[in-house]
Parts: sequence; C-alpha cells; structure tokens
Amino acid sequence: MAHTNITGSSGVFGRLWGRLSLSSRQVVWAWTFLALPLVFFAVVRFYPTIDAFFLSITDWDLLNPAKFIGLENYHRLFADPVFWQVFRNTFAYLILGTPISIVLSFAIAYYLDRVVFLHGFIRALYFLPYLTTAAAMAWVWRWFYQPPPIGVINSTLSIFGIPAQPFLRSIEQALPAIMTTSIWAHLGFQIIIFLAGLRAIPTSYYEAARVDGLGEGAILTRITIPLLKPTTVFLVVFSSIGFLRIFDQVYNMTSNDPGGPLNSTKPLVLMIYQTAFGSYQMGYAAAQTVVLFVILFTISMAQLWILRNR
Amino acid sequence: MTFLPSFRNLVRALAVSATAAGALLGGHNPAAAVEIQYWQYVFDTRVQAMTEVIKTFEAENPGITVKQVTFPYADYQTRLIAARAAGRSPEVMQLFYGWLDTFISGRLVQPLSPTAFKAEEIEKEFFPIVSAMKRDGKYFGLPTAVRSMALFYNKDMFAKAGLDPEKPPRTIEELVAAGKAMTKLDNAGNFTQVGMALDIARQDHNWWREILVRQYGGESYSPDGAKVAYNTEAGRKALQFYVDLQKVHKIGREGFMDEGQAAFRAGLAGMVVDGTFRIASYKTIKNFTWGVVELPTVNGNKANFGSYFANAISAGATGEKLAAAEKFLAFVSSPKAMNIWLEKVGELPARRAVALTDANVNDPVYGPFIRALDYSSTPPMTDELAQRQVSIDLINTVLLKDTPIADALKVAAEREQAVLDKAKAK
Repeated sequence: MAHTNITGSSGVFGRLWGRLSLSSRQVVWAWTFLALPLVFFAVVRFYPTIDAFFLSITDWDLLNPAKFIGLENYHRLFADPVFWQVFRNTFAYLILGTPISIVLSFAIAYYLDRVVFLHGFIRALYFLPYLTTAAAMAWVWRWFYQPPPIGVINSTLSIFGIPAQPFLRSIEQALPAIMTTSIWAHLGFQIIIFLAGLRAIPTSYYEAARVDGLGEGAILTRITIPLLKPTTVFLVVFSSIGFLRIFDQVYNMTSNDPGGPLNSTKPLVLMIYQTAFGSYQMGYAAAQTVVLFVILFTISMAQLWILRNR
Repeated sequence: MTFLPSFRNLVRALAVSATAAGALLGGHNPAAAVEIQYWQYVFDTRVQAMTEVIKTFEAENPGITVKQVTFPYADYQTRLIAARAAGRSPEVMQLFYGWLDTFISGRLVQPLSPTAFKAEEIEKEFFPIVSAMKRDGKYFGLPTAVRSMALFYNKDMFAKAGLDPEKPPRTIEELVAAGKAMTKLDNAGNFTQVGMALDIARQDHNWWREILVRQYGGESYSPDGAKVAYNTEAGRKALQFYVDLQKVHKIGREGFMDEGQAAFRAGLAGMVVDGTFRIASYKTIKNFTWGVVELPTVNGNKANFGSYFANAISAGATGEKLAAAEKFLAFVSSPKAMNIWLEKVGELPARRAVALTDANVNDPVYGPFIRALDYSSTPPMTDELAQRQVSIDLINTVLLKDTPIADALKVAAEREQAVLDKAKAK
C-alpha cells in the first residue's frame, strides 16, 4: 500500500517535472541552491537586524529580562556629548577618507595602467596590504607612529630636522593618523577595481580621440572618467560603508585607551562595541546600531541617487 | 514581547556552541568522575600555576576532575556573562572583586555555604581586604592571592646616573630627584631614556586615585563606596603631583615606548609603579638588575592599593557538582595552593599566616609588597572599566588640553559619581 503510494506520488512529481521546460527546470534548480544562503542570511543577518530595532526600545542588559522603555535610549543617546563627538569622528573618517582614497587609487591605477615594466609586481605590492590581517597591520602602524626613540616616522622626521610629532597621543593628529592607515590598507583593492574598469574601456575610443586630435587631458575628462562611472560609483559606496564602519584600525592602534585620547578617534562602531560588551547595555547599544543603520542607509541611497545614470 | 526570548535563545545557542567547541578541545575524562570547569583569563604564569594546583587537587581527590578553560582578558567577562545567558556557567570562576555586584545582580554566582566556609574563620585567617567579597553577611568568593603595588627600579640605571642602587627613593621628593638624574634627552629634546615610566591606563590610575590622594590626606571614596570623595584639596594636590612629573619635572612621558612596562623591560625607564602580578614577568629580565621598594611617601604618609581576583561558585551549580566545586574552592584557597601561586605567579598569599612568614616579609622582592598590605585599602568598585576610563580621560584633559587641575577634577568626579549611581540603581 505504502509502496504504491510512494511510486504514485513520485509519478505525479515526475510527470510535473517532465512537463517543465528546460529553462524552468534550471530556475527551479537555481532557487533550490540559492535557498540555502538565503535562509542563512535571513537567520543570521536579517532577523537580528530587525530584532535590533525592537531591542533598542528596551533596557536589556544580557543578565536581566528586558523591559520596554520606549524611546528613552534614543533620548539618552542624543543628549550624550560623547555620541556627538563620535558622530563627528565617524563623518571625519568618511568625508576625508573616501575622496582621498578614491582620488589616490584612481591616480595610481591610471598611471599603473600605462606601466608595462614590472606591472604585475607593482600591482601585487599595492595589493599586499589588503591581504594582511587588519589587526597585524594596525599594530605595525602603531609602532611606526611611536614617539622617539622607537617610532620610524619620527626618526625619519628628525633626520630632516622636523620636531617629533605626537601622532596617536594627540587629539588633533590621532584621527588622521589612523585614517591614513585605513586608506593605505584599502588602496590595493580600489586600484585593482579601477584597473579592471580602465581595461574595460575599448581602446578604439582612445584611437578615435587621438585621430581627432584630442589631448591627454581631454581624453581623461571626456572619455576615461565618464566611462569609469559605474566603477567609481561602486567604489565610492563601498569605501563610504567601509569608513562608516571603521573599527579594527582604531581599536588596535589605541587599545591602551580605545578610541582615545579623549574619544578623539572613536567611531560609532567602537562606541557600540563598548556599550554592548564593556558595559553590557544591550538595549542602548541596539539604539546606537539603529542610528548607524539609518546613517549607512541614507548615505548609500544618496550616493546611488547622486551618481545614478541620467 | 515574543521577540526577546527568541533573541536570547539565539545568543544562548551561540554561547552553547562556543562552550561546546571549548569542551571538545579539552578531550575526554573518565566517565565515572565528576567533572567541573574552572575559568580564568589568559595570563601565562597564572595558567601554569592553576594547572599545577589542579594536578595536586586531582591527586588528592580521585573522584573529581577539573577542566581549566581560559579566555583572553579582553573577552573574559563577556564570556562569563554569555555563558550565564546560555545556562552553561563554569562551576568555579575567577572574578575581579570589583565585578561582584554585577555578578550577583546577574545571578552568576551563589553565596558560599556558611558551614563549609565559616565567616569567622575567613576573617581571622585572611587579610581584611577579603571583606570586599562579603554582601549582607555572606561571602561570595575567596581569593588565592592578593595584590599590592610598589616601585620597581632599575639598579643599573641608578648606578650609571650616580645614584646609590641600594638607596631607592623613599619619598616623592626623592622620586623626582632620582627621576631627573636618570632622564636623558636627545638634541631635539626628545626622551631617549625616562626617569620614570608613566602609563595611566595600566597601574598609574590606581597610584593616583587610590594611593596618592590618600597620601595627600584625602579619601578616594566615601567609606560605603557610594560617593566619589577625591574632588578636594588633597585630590587636586595629588593630581598636580602626577601631571607635574610630565609637565614640570619632565621625568617621563605618557606613551613613551607605548607601554610603561615595555619601557622598563627595555631598560629605558629608571622606575615604574606596578603590581605584584608583574614580578614573574620582570624576573625574566636578563640585561640589568632591578629592585623593588615600597611606594614613596608623601609628608611621611604611606598608602597602598590592595586588590585581587577571587574564585566563586556558579549560581547554577547543584548536587555533586556543587560539592565538587566547594571542595575545589577550598583547595584553591588553601595554604598549599597559595604557595604554588606565590612561587609561579608572584602574587601574595591571601592568608595572613602563609604570607607573613619571615622568609616572605624579608624577601627583597615580595617584602615591600607584603609590608604594604598592612596599610592597603580596597575601595569598593562597581564598574572597573568605566571608572578607569574616567581617570585616563582626567589625565589626558590636563596633559593634552591644558585644562586647569580643579576643573578637570570636578568633571572627573561628576562622571565617576554617575558611574557609581548607575550601578547602585540596579
């Protein structure tokens, strides 16, 4: 009985499957395979994200049951001067870091594209930092920035008679010092993407422009930059998100006083980390992540809209 | 509010898998034995000492196996709390005395059984600072070792600077003079060698807040620990002295060689204030000889800061696991374990009789620390991390922003008071 049932149902299934066209079958297979990562993302990414919104209106501290407290976490956050300092820092990383890294990586890619001798080697050198663990890199840079007698940068400055700089021990210099490390770390990736974009532009366009007598400057502004727009949009969005989420470099370079001195280098993500895993105020930390989410979402959308194809 | 328990379940599941992964790495033990877990943070000598304590304990108690699990210090407290949320706390855990209120309110630990651990005996045999583990007449844990602070100094640097290496500074005036003699600058005015390593994020915040303030005649906190008490003339003088080491006397600089202990190890700092826990590490120094002396006095006043990590029993331990945990806790607080700890880690035994032997009191290294226990205080702490940050920021506002001492101190006292108030409100 059971036996006939099974063959019966598989028969029905088989007949249905048989009736599908080849392309429909491929779609079914594709969705079957896609379902796994989708379920994974839903459980590990989207569900906690949505949950964070709910947590942000509670006072959950990991130890005691959560209580609904309305918008108190948000009131507290917006009244906290440290939050506004952290907010400014986060935007300083973004507003300075993104344009500098884009311009720099474009310039390097633009000229590297013309270098034939040792091209692969130079490209590999630029890419190498991207492969290095962020923590290891941050610690090496931390030692570069040390005051005399051990800091390499200060030793170099002293050769030229320039007084030693405090770098990470200064409330003005610490943020740019850390940002430099971060730009350097991601430069290789951006150069590779720009190089790919440059290679994708058909050489016939350049030949035609040269036949028409266009100078190098005009070729750059009329052909190369406009045709690189999709690449640039991708990198601007990608790099902005990276700077808004900066954490590893800051934490490792200032681990004696994370985000210091005097919160001058603390980005939002580090504040969230300390609120959640230093003082276990999960609800308050969730409110901070919601704010970060809103910022990331707004900026990404704005960039896509501004840089869209008209 | 169905979403909350479910999120907690997720955290629980993650924590369970984390502890399970930890358990898998440990291998199997005989099925018949009761197995309990002991957690502490990673610090080489402490882990080695505990491994030996456990070996001795297991030899004496064949029915019990103890598995030691360690985590990096930065993660340690989070792991304990996550394990509690997952219902997988270790039976016996090490905790800083300043975490106790958080751990009680989060139901991580249970009070020690008054029959197995008698209060009168504890108070008679241990140094009085164990009272920081007592709440409402009940003890929640006992330390193996206690810590105090002292001044480490580099004898070779003393000799090179024309100072007598057998006459280390006894007063803060002598400290400044010795520091000046050992400080070396290059042509551009940069330090190439400092008289004293200054590192507020490590032990200097304790030196300033718990020791110098009291030496200048003030108090760090009110007796019940509820109020910050250093925003006074004594507090201002203590702060002035500490920042003047960098601003006026220029015998050292925050950030020199990245960490104070690194500068001392490298032989580039003449002195450093540090705790007992540093002894084992400094004992590996080969290229110079060093000494230890009690912290320098202010107008003849002595003070010191005693602190400790205690061991406590998880709130979830019951039945035979609880019995095993009690046996283990009694053993790690026994004279035998304390001697192992002293020898391996260099931390002072928490029992008076074990600590105050003639050999220990007259020991050139342990002596200064043990003698300091007589006049040490252990202020109640509620949120060690946040309270330390207040001191770090206080020093930085004066050093980096030139904020007047009185203003900076007022802000710091208010900030730290807010930390204390928040903890009390729970």
